[in-house]
Amino acid sequence: MFLDLFYGLRDEGVPVALQEWMTLLEALRQGLHGSSLLRFYHLARACLVKSETYYDAFDRVFARIFRGVEGALDITDDVLEWLRDPKNFPALSPEELAKLARLSGDELMQRFLETLAKQTERHDGGDRWVGTGGRSPYGHGGQHPTGIRVGGRGGGRSAMKVAGERRFRDYRTDVALDGRQMRVALRRLRQLTRTGTMSELDLDETIDETCRNAGEIELVFRPPRRNDVRLLLLMDVGGTMDPYFEPVSQLLTALHEERGLREFQSYYFHNCVYDHVYSRARLTRADAVPTGDLLRRLDERWKLAIVGDAAMHPSELLEAHGGINPHNTSPTPGVAWLHRLASHFARAVWINPDERELWDQTYTARLVRRVFPMFHLSVDGLGEAVQALVGARV
Amino acid sequence: MRNESNGFHRFHGTAGYIASGPLVDAVNCAVALERPLLIKGEPGTGKTLLAMHVAEGLGMPMLSWHIKSTSKAADGLYVYDTVQRLNDSRFGGGNVSDIRHYIKLGPLGRSFAADERHVLLIDEIDKADLEFPNDLLRELDEMSFTVVETGEEMIARERPVVVITSNNEKELPDAFLRRCIFHFIEFPDAALMRQIVAVHHPNLDATLLDQVLIKFYWLREQSELRKKPSTSELIDWISALLCAGITPDQIESHIPFIGALLKKEQDADALQRFHAKGGHYPSRWSDLGPRYNQ
Repeated sequence: MFLDLFYGLRDEGVPVALQEWMTLLEALRQGLHGSSLLRFYHLARACLVKSETYYDAFDRVFARIFRGVEGALDITDDVLEWLRDPKNFPALSPEELAKLARLSGDELMQRFLETLAKQTERHDGGDRWVGTGGRSPYGHGGQHPTGIRVGGRGGGRSAMKVAGERRFRDYRTDVALDGRQMRVALRRLRQLTRTGTMSELDLDETIDETCRNAGEIELVFRPPRRNDVRLLLLMDVGGTMDPYFEPVSQLLTALHEERGLREFQSYYFHNCVYDHVYSRARLTRADAVPTGDLLRRLDERWKLAIVGDAAMHPSELLEAHGGINPHNTSPTPGVAWLHRLASHFARAVWINPDERELWDQTYTARLVRRVFPMFHLSVDGLGEAVQALVGARV
Repeated sequence: MRNESNGFHRFHGTAGYIASGPLVDAVNCAVALERPLLIKGEPGTGKTLLAMHVAEGLGMPMLSWHIKSTSKAADGLYVYDTVQRLNDSRFGGGNVSDIRHYIKLGPLGRSFAADERHVLLIDEIDKADLEFPNDLLRELDEMSFTVVETGEEMIARERPVVVITSNNEKELPDAFLRRCIFHFIEFPDAALMRQIVAVHHPNLDATLLDQVLIKFYWLREQSELRKKPSTSELIDWISALLCAGITPDQIESHIPFIGALLKKEQDADALQRFHAKGGHYPSRWSDLGPRYNQ
């Protein structure tokens, strides 16, 4: 019943890990629930759920599992003792597996463990899977199977199946598009400079100056270090970009959350940049911003990142009035705008969500690659793109 | 094996703070398990106050650490006051040879060093840098840290009860969340709100209170408002009404001192437009939605 709660929550996409589970069991061992189901409910929620957005999911799972259970909860100490022992969970030896399966008597659990076992064998970077910190049951982080992102939002599908499916996507950095990893990749997007008011005491310099002054104290101040990166993001939306909606929006979210950036602006376009870009993804005329204004407003110190698949009809790129939108009659061909952008900004990159193999097959992508260095929209590609934006010139 | 009451500190709320059942359970769970308690909730629902009343209820002294955007995790542990030491070495004050005189403990450090168990409030943790909570993981887990300058290890004599509040301005890291006991303070319903108001205004006229609450919840239902009024604003508003001697009749069709409830110019304007267009403020509970009429 208790395992049902744990896996029920994970099925609903609530990020519950073994650590939270252990916390709950410890609370139960101390008798904090006071043999009342309501108190147990409060206790379980406080220990297992870490965001109010999951309260609803918790309620649903709890109601489903504890339907019919009223009044006192009877948890035998044996069961508690077994559950409390973390060795039963992450060790994953065959005996343990058998023991687990037998003790839980829970088919879901069994299937889950089978999946887990299979994946441990197959997974190349196994350390990510079961945790780097050896197999100590008390290690933090990765030791327990937190690695499995159970994305069980769809009603009919088995959450375990989803867990299996999503594993590779979440953990291999060459294809992964996990929001957290993306943020980590973007964190390198910084150039620390000391500009602004002198508000920080420079200790080393103060001591040096004081010594030079024969012990007469000389305080030296300096401006604090801050990130000087200003980023302009232009995103292709609609058409062939639709399948990439999720990774692109994740990238946008990650950039919005990346508060280290000195300034950040984002605009949208369709297929190619012409004389207007748009402040919102619906690309209506009300949201249009002249690209020329953008170039006047943002100086060459801004970094430019364009996200798009660079796949379009050649005329859209090469011909005057080539834009696919009939209202958009730019006398300048798209490729000329791309050249203007590339020459205006000192550093610019093109981030392409298509697989690398496709780049050469697409005529327009080959042309765009002559204008911008192109990187793949993955954690690795993003890291390279960031390097190209702020790293030393090669 | 169950040790229901073997000397655990038990929190039941205090005379000055009405705590709901789940909140009491979450507090007691955090106290018993010696885990940090993370409190989230709408602004004005009494997150910060909770820590003060937990301290009062458990009879423990309290330390608070108010987080700002410039706060660093290390500041909570200790600060090494080099400038003072330099100054003393120049002008001959203090004992310069002993670096320990210049180590000033931060709130977390002080709660570790104290002889008795403290309640430590880490207020608005989401204001700080994204990495701030991660920097505290080890200190909060093991309740110890090392003073680098002296090599001295500070180990908490009594593990403090840590209460952390967050306004949800930033996502907190998963590793940090995993270690916390979490509680989200829901916005109080009308019944709980009556109790809360009674704590602050014990002898309030019942009809006045009804009118006040109807207006208040009605305002909160208005989806156009940019900032919904909160509990603390309601309390202030009632104070203002009492000071001005407003009677229940006067408030039936008007909302005086709207500035106490609505803090955004656009919101006040919107309400004025509503009134100017002949809109009527509700004066009965039945004018509100079914949620208030069960």
